[in-house]
Amino acid sequence: MAVEPKLNIELGKQGVFVTSFNELYNWGRKNSVWPMQFGLACCAIEMIATTMARYDLARFGAEVFRPSPRQADLMIISGTVTKKMAPQVVRLYNQMAEPRYVIAMGACAISGGPFKQGYNVLKGIDRYIPVDVHIPGCPPRPEALLHGFMELQKRIAAQPLTGEGRPRHLDEEGMAEFPVPVQGAHDLEPSANKLVWPLPAPPVAEAAPKTGAEG
Amino acid sequence: MYFKKEVIFGNPMVSTSYLPLLVLFLAALGFGLAPLGLAWLWAHLVSPPKPNRIKNAIYECGLESRGDAWVQFRSAYYLYAIIFLIFDVEAIFLLPFAVAFTGLTAGACLSMLIFVLLLVEGLVWAWAKGVLTWS
Repeated sequence: MAVEPKLNIELGKQGVFVTSFNELYNWGRKNSVWPMQFGLACCAIEMIATTMARYDLARFGAEVFRPSPRQADLMIISGTVTKKMAPQVVRLYNQMAEPRYVIAMGACAISGGPFKQGYNVLKGIDRYIPVDVHIPGCPPRPEALLHGFMELQKRIAAQPLTGEGRPRHLDEEGMAEFPVPVQGAHDLEPSANKLVWPLPAPPVAEAAPKTGAEG
Repeated sequence: MYFKKEVIFGNPMVSTSYLPLLVLFLAALGFGLAPLGLAWLWAHLVSPPKPNRIKNAIYECGLESRGDAWVQFRSAYYLYAIIFLIFDVEAIFLLPFAVAFTGLTAGACLSMLIFVLLLVEGLVWAWAKGVLTWS
């Protein structure tokens, strides 16, 4: 943060607008996320409803669903990912322009959902690609997708351009290529991308109960 | 040696009247080039290219592309073009020819007949090739 929030407000009252390059960049970025136009299952119907006039995703600058991954920032995994579809999804993710984001919409995209026991269902897309926002629900209502999208906007706004936590594409050692799984004899090979799965455990400090809570 | 100033540089009033045009031209050029330059700068600053094999692959809805995109198409369309020329374009030329027929000189009439004969030759060729038979 280049300017302290209080000082920023005071300056704003005087009619002076101060910002940093990082903030300006993220402000532009978070308000022009272009999702990729593809739906996988019933969640896609809710996704389509979200873009229509009643829920109107255009309010957030994300109404431009692009039919090509080259022009898209955001991949909404809307529905069950079958093992037959997973390689295509991972390949499309690879072909998207950086910086790219993923929303896993619905129980199926998160974990396989009600079809988790199915022989042909991938048990969560984050086995292969990093997911930024998970939206539970079966299917999630359009409001839930909007909420998830706003959470993604918050994430984008908080992303620094340098140092720790900078986007992958600005990191020299950051992963650029996510291996596309192939159909093996019994399962996808590899069954998970070891670099993104299993997900890191939540920080201990958050999970631990507060010491002063009992008193 | 003495030259009149107007002879060398022209009338100063006339030459300055082109100055706004130059300014407008430069403004138009800047209007076009500045966004391109900014985009280039922006891309180099915050979006360094990170290509890889999968990213550079041909986009085929997520599938791997198969075969060669350089397939050859049979160009049989020229036959339709010839038939169209004979039956449609010829009619357009024949109508003014018929209207002005009585007032034409022998030379004009001859050249028009040559034109019609050229088209008829095309019809004969197409007929011989069997284009007119509907299979």
